[in-house]
Amino acid sequence: MLKKISFTVNGTPVAIEVDVRETLLEVLRNRLGYTGVKKGCEVGECGACTVLIDGTPIDSCIYLAVWAEGKEIVTIEGIARNGELSKVQKAFIEEGAIQCGFCTPGYVLTATAMVQSGKQYTREDIKRELAGHLCRCTGYQNIIKAVEKALEEERKEGGSHAANR
Amino acid sequence: MYNIQGYFEAATVEEATAYLAANPDLIIIAGGTDVLIKMHHGQIEKARLLSIRGIKSLQGIRRLEDGTIVIGALTTFTRVGDDPVIKANIPVLAEAALAMGGPQIRNVATIGGNICNGATSADSASTLFALNARLQLQSRQGERVVPIQEFYLGPGRVDLKPGELLTEILISPGDYQSYGGHYIKFSMRKAMDIATLGVAVLCRVQGGVLADVRIGLGVAGPTPLRCNEAEDYARGRAITPETIAEIGKLAVRSTKARTSWRASREYREHLVEELTGRALRVAVARAGGIKIA
Amino acid sequence: MPDTVVGKSVSRVDAVAKVTGKAKYTGDFVMRDMLVGKILRSPYAHAIIKNIDVSRARALPGVAAVLTYKDVPRNRFPTAGHPHALDPKHRDKADRTILTDKVRFVGDAVAAVVATDELIAAEALKLIAVEYEVLEPLLTPEAAMAEGAPLIHDDCPGNILSSGGYEIGDVEAAFQEADYIFEDELETSIVQHCQLENHISIAYVDSDGRIVIITSTQIPHIIRRIVGQALGIPWGRVRVIKPCVGGGFGSKQDACLEPLAAAMTLAAGGRPVKLELSREECMIDTRTRHAIKYRIKTGVTKDGKLIGMHIRAIANTGAYASHGHSIAMAGGSKFRVLYPMRALKYEPYTVYTNLPVAGAMRGYGSPQITFAVESHLDNIARKLNLDPVEFRLKNLVQAGYIDPLNGNAVRSCGIHECIARGKGLIKWDEKKARYKGQTGSKRRGLGMACFSYGSGTYPVGQEIAGARIVLNQDGSVQLQIGATEIGQGSDTVLAQMAAATLGLPVDMVHVISTQDTDIAPFDTGAYASRQTYISGMAVAKAATEVKEKILDFVRGMTDIPAHALDIEDQNIVYKHSGEVVMPLAEVALQSYYDPVFARPITSDTSNNARINAFSFGVSFAEVEVDLKTGKIEVVEIYNVHDSGKIINPQLAAGQVHGGVSMGLGYALSEQMLFDEETGKPLNNNLLDYKLPTIMDVPDIGVDFVETFEPTHPFGCKSLGEPPTIPVAPAIRNAVFDATGVAFARLPLTPQLVFARLKAAGLVQEGGDGCV
Repeated sequence: MLKKISFTVNGTPVAIEVDVRETLLEVLRNRLGYTGVKKGCEVGECGACTVLIDGTPIDSCIYLAVWAEGKEIVTIEGIARNGELSKVQKAFIEEGAIQCGFCTPGYVLTATAMVQSGKQYTREDIKRELAGHLCRCTGYQNIIKAVEKALEEERKEGGSHAANR
Repeated sequence: MYNIQGYFEAATVEEATAYLAANPDLIIIAGGTDVLIKMHHGQIEKARLLSIRGIKSLQGIRRLEDGTIVIGALTTFTRVGDDPVIKANIPVLAEAALAMGGPQIRNVATIGGNICNGATSADSASTLFALNARLQLQSRQGERVVPIQEFYLGPGRVDLKPGELLTEILISPGDYQSYGGHYIKFSMRKAMDIATLGVAVLCRVQGGVLADVRIGLGVAGPTPLRCNEAEDYARGRAITPETIAEIGKLAVRSTKARTSWRASREYREHLVEELTGRALRVAVARAGGIKIA
Repeated sequence: MPDTVVGKSVSRVDAVAKVTGKAKYTGDFVMRDMLVGKILRSPYAHAIIKNIDVSRARALPGVAAVLTYKDVPRNRFPTAGHPHALDPKHRDKADRTILTDKVRFVGDAVAAVVATDELIAAEALKLIAVEYEVLEPLLTPEAAMAEGAPLIHDDCPGNILSSGGYEIGDVEAAFQEADYIFEDELETSIVQHCQLENHISIAYVDSDGRIVIITSTQIPHIIRRIVGQALGIPWGRVRVIKPCVGGGFGSKQDACLEPLAAAMTLAAGGRPVKLELSREECMIDTRTRHAIKYRIKTGVTKDGKLIGMHIRAIANTGAYASHGHSIAMAGGSKFRVLYPMRALKYEPYTVYTNLPVAGAMRGYGSPQITFAVESHLDNIARKLNLDPVEFRLKNLVQAGYIDPLNGNAVRSCGIHECIARGKGLIKWDEKKARYKGQTGSKRRGLGMACFSYGSGTYPVGQEIAGARIVLNQDGSVQLQIGATEIGQGSDTVLAQMAAATLGLPVDMVHVISTQDTDIAPFDTGAYASRQTYISGMAVAKAATEVKEKILDFVRGMTDIPAHALDIEDQNIVYKHSGEVVMPLAEVALQSYYDPVFARPITSDTSNNARINAFSFGVSFAEVEVDLKTGKIEVVEIYNVHDSGKIINPQLAAGQVHGGVSMGLGYALSEQMLFDEETGKPLNNNLLDYKLPTIMDVPDIGVDFVETFEPTHPFGCKSLGEPPTIPVAPAIRNAVFDATGVAFARLPLTPQLVFARLKAAGLVQEGGDGCV
């Protein structure tokens, strides 16, 4: 059964007929070529397939594609702007938070949502917010450091923005 | 790809109950974190789904004038955990909500789905049991309200009649006002896990005496349960280490834990005794009672 | 040698690709007419396929092919990722066929379907009718070794895949002389790699009729050989391409999918077939880590010297050999250098059972034996009333020691300094004193454990590595290696080595990360923590050759003798003064376009390293045990490593973090569970298999004692696997210190710990639970 839906991916409008049986993960990867969205478990246990839906981190493997109607979706491909890496991406590189890289897109997206939230996070809060992602390579240490760094950068900049206002 | 054989969407409760009346085989899907995972594992095959995620009236939390707190069945765990009404009035429920799964799951999983899934391990259930939550159910035939204790029938079985939809969860002011509470999720991991045991304790304290104690347990039996014998014993007793120890012991009597590969009955029973005491200590302190060494 | 780049935390060469989602993994190769492959799995642990009817499946619209053992070549082949041995006696055990007529574990592949989509493939699997003759499932080594047990493989009497071992000195004589004898039994559990990317292969037949396999593997060149063996075709007719790999940890040091994927495309007329395992499949039908039971008997003198040790080991290798025949032996060989003693006898038995296949996993036998020996040593230290650290210091190896059996020498040895630093970091003496005589229901304790490990497999395995370097027109270089990047950072450290040798910044070294067996130099791949050491030698050799050619070319241009020249910061300089002669880019351009002397500068070299280096390290842990629940909290943990010179400190620390995290899971929560009657897996998913989440891992302290290993051009030794080896015994020893209970098996789950604490009288009945 096909259903026509419209949504945006990384700001680009998409109108597509999807099979009601398809997950958002499958449509993004197989139909639209956003292969940065990774499949790790298909049941929401690993977080590799995380995308932002209207700004909120969601496991796209347990999200039917038809539910994307009218949504704004951001994948890892939409984080860097005009070739310029985001704060989160830079922090992940600088802090050595990447190894095999399979979990990285998901982490970057959740961290991006955290940075955009404007909230303050303690180290414990950061861990809790990232707890929906599994990583087998890094022992999580440098991922936490990278997210702390990105949040700190944002706080500093947010401060200067406020001062300019 | 899920083996979905039919898919319908309802935008209102009326639409949903009409669909259900016409197609009793429809499986209701909301957040999808239980239904889709069951489909992945083959526990549900070839399903026809009715999505109720678009029903706006079932989302969100409000406090009525009489103090009743109404939680829409489609409210996500993230929302329950963050909601100002819940945090101000029933912080133990926020605590329980944030103990569930991980953030991405909490962002879509709904409290109504958690209840209707009928699992004894549901992180919201033991607390809602302790809160004497009532469930508003609706069908083409009309509405009814059922205490949550009566809604759970057995493992994975709830008292949802054909054509019925869970719409709201109601918590009366008398069940939360001046109660302190604490939820302990005992699990192998601190996130992304199911409970080996869930313990929710609420209590009211008056003049150094336990005015009321409510103990809700998850995974201590085929359904979530209350510990009536322990609660009866507790009522009116002075808060002492001995009382608390006895309450823990008596709590075990209400349990029907079984041995599985996840944990033995003996161990779960021991945890019931130990963790009921621990949760009660925190609940007492939060209810304005003394801190017991 | 200028080594400005070596020793620096340069960013990973693949970091931008991975952080932007551009990095391509096997599943990211989308082909227009790609089919999907799926596997029918056995519901029985041990059964003979009496009859199999696939006619209904074949008739289903959308099904391109259905395969059973009748439809595929019956060649027996090995799957272990080892170099091929010319001597047939030293070859890996060849006990697999692409599909089988006898299933040996729940989940064993019975048949396969190729279809246009996964739902049709799944539907077709249900239409295959199989008639089984069910045999007795042998789920423990004891059952498998019992008199009269059925044979899992007909050619292995007693179900023993391998035995053997070694004896150094006379262990019985040593026991006679010992003042004390101690005995322990210890046991580890079956665990799984859980790399984030499941196993996946895409196979197709190209226009020349060759089989191309894009696959997530640690060993592309070995896979080519194994697929050739399995299909019975010349190896050159197979082309294996390894793109980005989402982790392996040993599970991809094995041919798990590729032979079947190749058979699938052949059956489907050469169309591309994607064979991708689900997480549930990946956890039961790839590889696991061997559970091993040990009995250890040790003789000690009054002054705490180990003089004799006898270790018996029974390793549960599951249904097929994979690496089973070599893992127990590898563990027994790598650990023995740590505490040289007069007599050491090692008797391992590796036994087939009807459980998933155990194979290589980070540490390759060492996590198991290190858990056993290091726990045993703490038991002894306590009985002798010796501080565990002091006890070890009396017995530790010193530089200069030569392994009497394989001749490998300890040339660099930082273990003593590692221990000293670890002790300081965790405040061993101070806390030991503070925690004496605790009485509460939460108890703290300290523990430590040491390890030794090799760098590569020499002399057991051949250690060959290839590197190719091309000087580009602009003075940058292309670096092509056969070594495989699977997340550990080998591309980056190998680029650093090339850059250091050639006087270049790392961004002037363009690493080709994909290994394509048609193009990439030969290297056996990512395992045995070998690449920085072994492949690094090949890169240094290639870079040195390119440098010599560059300087010789400059001599041709300038008549300055090559020996007077060097390359620094992309310039040709006088060696004695550093004065710039000319930019490297000028030489490079000249080498391509000089009307007379043009000859682009390249090297294409291989290095057969007949040497090994021992790395060492220690883990120090502090735990808090909740006596009333049995829960263990790791409060602090430090790993200190002697891996020689550290090429990239940030990446090295990352290896330690990941290894420690994996060790924490091994110690506390991870185990594959099976129904004791049927052998059905109980927890083959990421919810029920408890690998640590971000909330479960404490801050991990990392330090390096940087010795210089003289056998390597940059002085480095192994680091990939080692960090995970000492963690579980360190935690176990800390729990022992906290409670006085000598735990003997992994993992230390709350229920198991509580039961033992209760039995030991540490949990008072009717207590008030006060803290």
